[in-house]
Amino acid sequence: MSVLVFTESSKGKIRKSSLEAVNYAANIASMIGGTVTAVIDGATDAGILGDLGKAGAKKVLTVSDDKLKNGNPRGWAMTLDQVAKAENSTVVVFSHDLMGRAIAPRLSARMKAGVVAGAVENPVMNGTKLTVRKTVFSGKATAVYAIHSDKKIITLLPNSFPVKLGDGTAEISAFKADLSSLEMKVTVKEIKADSNTTVALPEADLVVSAGRGMKDPKNWGIIEDLANALGAATACSRPIADMNWRPHHEHVGQTGITVRPNLYIAIGISGAIQHLAGVSGSKTIVVINTDKEAPFFKAADYGVIGDAFEVVPRLTEAVKKFKAAHH
Amino acid sequence: MKILVCISNVPDTTTKIAFTPDGKALNKTGVQFIINPYDEWYALVRALELKEASGAGAVTLIHVGPAENDAIIRKGLAIGADDAVRIDADPADAYFVAEQVAAYAKDKAYDLILTGKETIETNSSLVGGMLAEMLNLPFVSLASKLDVAGNVATVENDVDGGTAVLEVQLPAVISCQKGMAEARIPNMRGIMAARTKPLAVVAVTNPSILTSVESFTPAEGRKAVKMIDPNNMDELVSLLHNEAKVI
Ligand SMILES: Cc1cc2nc3c(=O)[nH]c(=O)nc-3n(C[C@H](O)[C@H](O)[C@H](O)COP(=O)(O)OP(=O)(O)OC[C@H]3O[C@@H](n4cnc5c(N)ncnc54)[C@H](O)[C@@H]3O)c2cc1C
Ligand SMILES: Nc1ncnc2c1ncn2[C@@H]1O[C@H](COP(=O)(O)O)[C@@H](O)[C@H]1O
Repeated sequence: MSVLVFTESSKGKIRKSSLEAVNYAANIASMIGGTVTAVIDGATDAGILGDLGKAGAKKVLTVSDDKLKNGNPRGWAMTLDQVAKAENSTVVVFSHDLMGRAIAPRLSARMKAGVVAGAVENPVMNGTKLTVRKTVFSGKATAVYAIHSDKKIITLLPNSFPVKLGDGTAEISAFKADLSSLEMKVTVKEIKADSNTTVALPEADLVVSAGRGMKDPKNWGIIEDLANALGAATACSRPIADMNWRPHHEHVGQTGITVRPNLYIAIGISGAIQHLAGVSGSKTIVVINTDKEAPFFKAADYGVIGDAFEVVPRLTEAVKKFKAAHH
Repeated sequence: MKILVCISNVPDTTTKIAFTPDGKALNKTGVQFIINPYDEWYALVRALELKEASGAGAVTLIHVGPAENDAIIRKGLAIGADDAVRIDADPADAYFVAEQVAAYAKDKAYDLILTGKETIETNSSLVGGMLAEMLNLPFVSLASKLDVAGNVATVENDVDGGTAVLEVQLPAVISCQKGMAEARIPNMRGIMAARTKPLAVVAVTNPSILTSVESFTPAEGRKAVKMIDPNNMDELVSLLHNEAKVI
């Protein structure tokens, strides 16, 4: 019996969220007495597939089909259903990222598999019942879900666990999916690349975020300087995206993206409950704000009462000094 | 154009979440419920705009939930939906919802079925994709733009590293997020009209229960904040390195 895991590469590397999912699948496999089979697009550079073995996969199946170009989620659901049958898999793991959220629900409907979407802990197996914790109410709580169906799907929230790479190796082979019945009703016309995609926000370890306290979009230079010094992704509060000061994909919070980086630095953000909903899973939170009464300080680990225009450049210099001393 | 909009009932975004003493359910005392923001602001409003632009058709709301949730359905009617259907059940999970909506929608020839990106209660992002598979329809997840010309929708959605522009043959299922429309506030006329718009109650058919919640736990608070001298950012960096161990 194998635990299936859907994986992807990006910019010449296996995605971090995919490695997390393979680690997670390996934990499940050792619990139910099986091995991990990772499935990946056949166009992936063969030189990086070894990382899937290091993360815990025993087998890697590459799938090449013209219909899967541009990441067709319907085609992938069909493919994974066929792989699950061939591999005798009852548990399928995804990262709760963009592709995971597009494929997992379709696969669930095909397999009639109960899904827990956005798991944050390793599952527990009790007979055929599996229980696993996920976040609910936008980070204000967690819930333990039980999956009662025979077939089970779990999507893992990115950044829930650090990636562990060992010295395992995986056997690599090609899987031929039968997609002849797949209707192509969605055509990709264009992919518009984001201007700054050095670090994908939901997967970023470090995030520098700013709000209305910055007063003008022209003032974002000091935010970017700090982010660059740290190697962090940039984010913003909702009004900032609404006013088009920053791109929409940087908007974090209840109605934006949920992040759970190791470090979230909030600059000139008051800490409204809807903002906190998207960031409260962060391991360490630093708040920089002129107002000592700003609600965000109650949700922070470290607070600095001060003017961002003075404090942030000072912090950037301190980070640079630290980096220079540690490299 | 016939559009079905799936709406869910969620606690207002400012709610402090608390649970019943056994930890098995939300403590609803004093909680104000609203239409899930993605369903209202983006899916419903965009559906109304598309109907208005095409000059014909209807926008139908569908909700799987008990009678106590009728208030949010009336709100959706007040914003401008033509009619509504409530499937009378307390859904176990996304699969339950999708299965019921699919059973209702399968012979109704909707051009579009819209859902929100996710509910702010479950944060699952599942119902739309499940519905599409059950109805054998194309699906676009996390769409931020939706236009329709004839039988083809042009949709933009998030993909790794950017935004994809897609052409989708209708009928289709689309999950909606920010960018698609601006919120509408119901006016007095809308609120009055909503009282008499049709709200059909439909019995549940053969539900599947694949998952259940065993217990809820409120998120842990943080320990007290440590204040740092704004003139001493070296100290902050050193704490982030030595204490928090995040850089
Ligand atoms: C249904 C709903 C959903 C929502 N969803 C979201 C969401 O997903 N994400 C989100 O962010 N918001 C969301 N909001 C909005 C939220 O309620 C707040 O209005 C918003 O987060 C405030 O943004 P802000 O902190 O940037 O601005 P403000 O609240 O205006 O705060 C600005 C802060 O900057 C500080 N400041 C000013 N000058 C300086 C300076 N020179 N240096 C340092 N600090 C300074 C001020 O003291 C203040 O605390 C939602 C609201 C609703 C009703
Ligand atoms: N009980 C429900 N009734 C109708 N639609 C729902 C219900 N629950 C969820 N939905 C729809 O499915 C979307 C995604 O929900 P979820 O998959 O639970 O995150 C929501 O934004 C709604 O559009």
